[in-house]
Amino acid sequence: MIEFLQETRAQLVRWLIHLKREPYSMAFNLVNPVILLIFMGGAFQAIAGSSIGENYRAYLLPGILALTAFGNSLAGGIPLLFDKENGFLSRLMSTPISRGSMLVSRFLAVNINTMVQCAIILILGSLLGIRIATGLGGALLLLGIGLLLGFGITVLSLVLAFVLENHGDFFAVVGIATLPVSFLSSAFVPLNALPSWMRIVAELNPMTYAIDGMRSLVLSGWDGQPLIRMVLVLLIFDAAAFWLGSRVLRRHLA
Amino acid sequence: MSQPIVRIESLKKSYGLVVALDGISLEVDPGKIFGLLGPNGAGKTTAVKILTTLVRPDGGRAEVAGTDVLKNPAQVRRLIGYVPQELTVDPYLTAREHLHYYVDLYHLPSSSREPRIRELLDLVGLTGHENRPVRHFSGGMKKKLDLACGLIHQPPLLLLDEPSLGLDVQVRQEVWGYISRLKGEGTTAFLCTNYMDEAERLCDELAIIDRGKIAVVGTPASLRSQLKRDVISVEIARTNGLERENLETLERAVCQLHVVQGTARDGIQLKVYVESNEIALPQILQCAASLSIPIHAISYSRPGLDEVFLHYTGHSLEGKANLD
Repeated sequence: MIEFLQETRAQLVRWLIHLKREPYSMAFNLVNPVILLIFMGGAFQAIAGSSIGENYRAYLLPGILALTAFGNSLAGGIPLLFDKENGFLSRLMSTPISRGSMLVSRFLAVNINTMVQCAIILILGSLLGIRIATGLGGALLLLGIGLLLGFGITVLSLVLAFVLENHGDFFAVVGIATLPVSFLSSAFVPLNALPSWMRIVAELNPMTYAIDGMRSLVLSGWDGQPLIRMVLVLLIFDAAAFWLGSRVLRRHLA
Repeated sequence: MSQPIVRIESLKKSYGLVVALDGISLEVDPGKIFGLLGPNGAGKTTAVKILTTLVRPDGGRAEVAGTDVLKNPAQVRRLIGYVPQELTVDPYLTAREHLHYYVDLYHLPSSSREPRIRELLDLVGLTGHENRPVRHFSGGMKKKLDLACGLIHQPPLLLLDEPSLGLDVQVRQEVWGYISRLKGEGTTAFLCTNYMDEAERLCDELAIIDRGKIAVVGTPASLRSQLKRDVISVEIARTNGLERENLETLERAVCQLHVVQGTARDGIQLKVYVESNEIALPQILQCAASLSIPIHAISYSRPGLDEVFLHYTGHSLEGKANLD
């Protein structure tokens, strides 16, 4: 166990050094959420209907947090893919480390990054006048939900990193997945505002449940029903991703 | 008799229809520098990757210090250091951060970490550069750091895949110096190379590998002496574009001499393999004179590893040759 912690810490430190020495990368990742929150939130406020309340930015905030967690987690496998392409991963795998430490360290790095970005978005939201109905406790829970959503997506991203041959294929998959997953959810508008076929797909999207749970914390206070539904859906999604991931990764990390 | 540090028996590996290893067997005694010499695609890297546990063989077995790479890969990984062909340093980390990284991956006790890191930085001449991000390093410095990372845990076996590939002459000499010093630390080096001079300079013992098969194993000196022949190099004078024609005519003629064992062409130079240059040299000169072929220079030498390679594989490392 001590060896596992030692290996995990070493690899996590490497990923955090990357973050520290690539500050523009994190800033770049924040550009889209910030634009969405400031400009889209402002522009659509006037035409937003009664179903989304008085403050469209507050309505949008949970969707932006979920999309940030989704985007970071989906990109989480990219550094491992680069390591695979330049030989670093082969060398790493010739060392006597637990294969689990490679995955755990990557997961931690991705989610530390996500937490920092989500915290910045929450602070920005606060500066724009968004008041979270459940207060500081709710804000911390929003970060926790980001983790729960990010877990399964990070696992799928790590699977892609090992299964796909090169980063071109990876970026293609990420590019194809991001917009549909974003729009086929309740990130921007309520489900009942979507055309029926889009609503059906959105109801199969775990993001919808994460966003609905987060939205209840931001807009209406401590409401058990959406939170319990969200936790159940995300746990099932994470368990399914973990099951699939462990089967695929076991073959690649033997 | 000590146990071999590497034992390979009938090792086979194919990638689709391409046979990388066709049943190779060899043993390496501890404390030596062992070389696997062969052209690109001969199967060297596959053999090393099987020893690192990164590639599963299709058949046969491989052991490191008596531990089977398939049955106990985790234990094998503790016994080896691996420096791949490509540079595997992280441009964002400093040299010191790299060494700290590998110290943790190999679980070195905290008391020995700093002394070992300082020792390795000194060994590869990176003291004073240890806190610079590696992206500012030259290729040679990156290779030295790569090597230091492979040595961090003082492994009984260091696997080096083309250790001097792409290095300039000075850095190459330095890297060779570090590898030579390993024997004093109790580390056996197993290196792949397609450079004759590297094999000649570094290896106590080497195996020539070609098309997935071991052609011969021995010390560089014993391999050369087994040939029992000298090499006479004849350089044709440049005469109005007739050099190639003259070279072919001379080659055909000297091949008829009973003292000649074989020939190989290299540009406008003809290499003639003979048992004794004292007997053969006058006959070759006479041959050229009788054909009126002007000769620019002629020299003789004991065979090098390139001739050994040619003899055992039927072709040179760089290309085909004509050997009887």
